Amino acid sequence: MSLARLIERLLQLVPVLLGVSVIVFVMITLTPGDPVEIMIGDQVVTPELEAAMRHDLGLDRPVHERFFVFLGNAVQGDFGESFYHRRPVIDVIAERLPATIELSLVALLIALATAIPLGVLAAIKRNSVLDRLATVGSLLGVSLPGFWFGILLLMLFAVHLQLLPVSGRIGFSSEIEPITHFLLIDTLLRGRPDAFLDALSHIVLPAITLGLPMTAILMRVTRTSMLEVMRQDYVTFAEAKGLARHRVLFRHALKNALIPTVSVAAIETGSLLGGNMIVETVFGWPGLGRLVVESIFVRNYPLVQAAVLFYAVTYVMLNFVADILYTVLNPRVKL
Amino acid sequence: MAAVDTDTPRDAATAQESIFRRNLHSFAANRLALGSAIVVLLFILMAVFAPLVAPHDPAETDLFRRLQPPAWMPGGEWSYLLGCDALGRDILSRIIYGARISIFIGAAVVLVATTIGIIAGLAAGYLRGWVDTVISRVVDILLGFPYLIFAIGLMAMMGPGLINIILALVYKEWVIPCRVVRGETLATRELEYVEAARALGAPGRHIMLREILPNILSPVIVVSTIRMAHVIILEASLSFLGLGVQPPTASWGAMVADGRAFILQAWWVSTFPGVAILLLVLAINVASQGLRDAFDPRFHE
Repeated sequence: MSLARLIERLLQLVPVLLGVSVIVFVMITLTPGDPVEIMIGDQVVTPELEAAMRHDLGLDRPVHERFFVFLGNAVQGDFGESFYHRRPVIDVIAERLPATIELSLVALLIALATAIPLGVLAAIKRNSVLDRLATVGSLLGVSLPGFWFGILLLMLFAVHLQLLPVSGRIGFSSEIEPITHFLLIDTLLRGRPDAFLDALSHIVLPAITLGLPMTAILMRVTRTSMLEVMRQDYVTFAEAKGLARHRVLFRHALKNALIPTVSVAAIETGSLLGGNMIVETVFGWPGLGRLVVESIFVRNYPLVQAAVLFYAVTYVMLNFVADILYTVLNPRVKL
Repeated sequence: MAAVDTDTPRDAATAQESIFRRNLHSFAANRLALGSAIVVLLFILMAVFAPLVAPHDPAETDLFRRLQPPAWMPGGEWSYLLGCDALGRDILSRIIYGARISIFIGAAVVLVATTIGIIAGLAAGYLRGWVDTVISRVVDILLGFPYLIFAIGLMAMMGPGLINIILALVYKEWVIPCRVVRGETLATRELEYVEAARALGAPGRHIMLREILPNILSPVIVVSTIRMAHVIILEASLSFLGLGVQPPTASWGAMVADGRAFILQAWWVSTFPGVAILLLVLAINVASQGLRDAFDPRFHE
């Protein structure tokens, strides 16, 4: 893909991102409950002080001006103060982000590591017992409500078998001085394999829960595209040439069959963002998703809005990357 | 099959109907899909006749039955088949009443969203021009939000309540049928019979609603049924987070959430409502796959 094309695609993102911020701004403006009143709470203040607070927050200005102020601030990463933490929203979000990213990446890894081999096997051994099991499994995977599946895993592995911890990100005794804020990496960097295993035991269940629907979808995509590729002439030709079947499958077919899988994985990574809220709530995972859910109940609106905007921008960018990835991998597609 | 084929299609209407009937037959021949459709129907009947089916009042609390186990466990009673929750309410009765919320919200959201999606998609695909530009832009922007996060943001803004959940989900849901309808309309509007209608001077509204719509309805219905399963899970997720219908109304997601505090001593409180969600969603998914295979010509072998 040429650079000009890439720039054109990037420019197409501008109206979408602008629209997304308009919607988030409208959500802010229409949210019931006056932010000044929420900040004041039970305290007694003079009307003058209240007016001054209103002025400081820019709430006395007309709506369209407030939108541009909001946009200008948002671009600079200024989302105001978290009512609850009495600290800038952006700091609170930044603090919770590594936990969410770490969880999402492990979920992605688990999904890819199970979906691709299973999908390929199901395609090679079409209509076998394994293929049928995979089909049933992928149907179950998209039909299971994540919050319930998480609780079932907790009841089985944490409560009944007592193999894994119930909640949190790492045990008390394993806490270490952060470097990258990704615990699975930091524990190794600090030379604490025991703490690494502890962190790993904490992340396993939430990551499986988060990755399950994605595994189901990727498995189906891999199976379908593998079947598709195996019907292609060049595969038949390679086999006719006398190449060993596994060599044909893995050197010729698999490489092409994985193109749709990779693109769908990139798109589905965006959907992990939504799943995070549920999974982090179930497993008491100290990430952004749980923070957002908690913030709704304490009416910490600046944080909710900043997070919604952050999620939306990330989602748009991930879809953009998925698009680009698809074109790069599949030169026949012209954007 | 043979009985259908002997029908002589005299005009477009009977031809249309015989295709419909043939599709219906091929759906009925798919045992698994038919079975799933029956399961869905049973859930609907259970929801409609909840007061007749439920053994107890779903809101009736009885602290002597607090966390009473299911009937087959020691301490269980056959009149409280699936046990009781932390307030001593009958879990089975609450599941039966909870079906009303899930099915009503699922059906309402999909119905409203599909209607909006059909109108917007037809307008965008048939009229093209600035109408298409505006609608497609709005669709792009809404697609920029992860679904659950968008719904959560709206629920935070609007506050809980049945109507608000439906609104929060419809705001984004209509985009999906809209894209399907737009795509199908774009493909159909150039077909000869549509051009013939145009040449005869039929007004745009007539062409969209009478000529194009009936011919693109199959894929739209198939997509809508698949979406219903998604919407039910989304509603349950919102309820689970405490952003759905408010207590004491029974909803499956909230029931699972209630049970979270008792996973150490009372597994049944969370487990059974989740089974209900899984069964209904699975049945809808299998049935709608069968529908797709039967009604979407692209899947005809």
